[in-house]
Amino acid sequence: MREVAVIGIGKTAFGAFADRDLRSLAVEAGLACLGDAGVSPSQIEAFYLGNFAGPSFVGQNHLAPYIAGAMGVEHVPCTRFEAACASSGSAFFHAVASVASGMYDLVLVGGVEKMTSQTTPKVTEILAGAGDMAGEGRAGATFPALFAMIARRHMYQYGTTREQLAAVAVKNHSNGAKNPQAHMRKVITMEQALNGKLIADPLTVYDCSLVSDGAAAVLICPLERASEFTSKPVVVKGIAQTSDHVALDEKDDITTFRAVKEAAQKAYKMAGVTASDIQFAELHDCFTIAEIVATEDLGFVEKGSGGPYVLEGKTCLRGERPINTSGGLKSKGHPVGATGVAQICDVVLQIRGDAGDRQIARHDLGLTQNLGGSGATAVVTILGSA
Amino acid sequence: MKGVIYTETVVFAPPEQFAADAPYQLVIVTLEDGKRLTARIAGERVAIGYAVELTETRNRIPFFSKK
Repeated sequence: MREVAVIGIGKTAFGAFADRDLRSLAVEAGLACLGDAGVSPSQIEAFYLGNFAGPSFVGQNHLAPYIAGAMGVEHVPCTRFEAACASSGSAFFHAVASVASGMYDLVLVGGVEKMTSQTTPKVTEILAGAGDMAGEGRAGATFPALFAMIARRHMYQYGTTREQLAAVAVKNHSNGAKNPQAHMRKVITMEQALNGKLIADPLTVYDCSLVSDGAAAVLICPLERASEFTSKPVVVKGIAQTSDHVALDEKDDITTFRAVKEAAQKAYKMAGVTASDIQFAELHDCFTIAEIVATEDLGFVEKGSGGPYVLEGKTCLRGERPINTSGGLKSKGHPVGATGVAQICDVVLQIRGDAGDRQIARHDLGLTQNLGGSGATAVVTILGSA
Repeated sequence: MKGVIYTETVVFAPPEQFAADAPYQLVIVTLEDGKRLTARIAGERVAIGYAVELTETRNRIPFFSKK
């Protein structure tokens, strides 16, 4: 296998954009990415797109060639990947495999979602389709409800507290306030986070990520060619995608995501590193409990210790291992199909040293963890400086 | 059908098709055979560890109640 490098990144701002359609967002991110690497659309050999529910949110199908054509990427394979909120993480995983194998040299990976043209109950219903609609969905499970049930069980087994959950939101909003492309650039207090409107008990509105519009893109090539395009290539040191049951009630222990643990172990092995080597990470905080569980599943802390870890400030911007320096899904926003690739963009920014006000001191080795549904898909990527 | 509450929540922000039902308590029950089932609670709110039994099925949704 060839080593693979990220040579270009591009993102739109995340937010609620009434005047923007899905395609224009994806095209903006894609062209920004090509511009970052100084590559023209005609040089692209394949386009991999992550999108969860364009057909449901905006009534458009056949999205990959629809977007590629508008960017000037033509007559090459253009394919959409759907893996719920891990759609573009999965697209990236398969794109890396295609370059590593020697099939292509220059592959563009995009992710996009346009969510805010639907009402909140309709968005809730569309997102619920990432669960098992014949079981939990039929009973009235929403994604906040599934993660609230995970939180309840985590609190019961490990003594995790409301304050520890809220600490994730407070930290991520503090980081997001420094990110000019974040959806909600607003610092929140612990008191606010604890007293938000209940969405699914014990989760309040402050425990839930945002419903956003947005797109992101990255360009990859073999490491041996990276210097043709950039002076700061970022190497894909390790990557793995794994899966598990879709329904939460089919998992033996809902306080852990087995797919994340397995993907992490594979990615660590491929990179030749251990959890303790990872200096910073972008984790899938679709709900505050999800970031706590992820820190445990990735081996950053022992099982059950994720709550104290965040409350003690270990994962804040100046902490020992900063997590979600971008603001995370909580503050940066969560256009679900764009999230996996956006996480890659944010880690690349840190490794390049281009993260501005939120730049951290140790930034040579970072990790992204992208989760689909309540853990049925997991993608873990380890990125490092060349 | 009997079981024990494995985890629970109360849904305040329902999907569109269950708007009229909210707020409702959603649970995962560990049944006597060890299998788990996502269901709703009819009547008094329950917590993890409570013993419950199936009292009715409405619109293919199983409803359990505290024993």
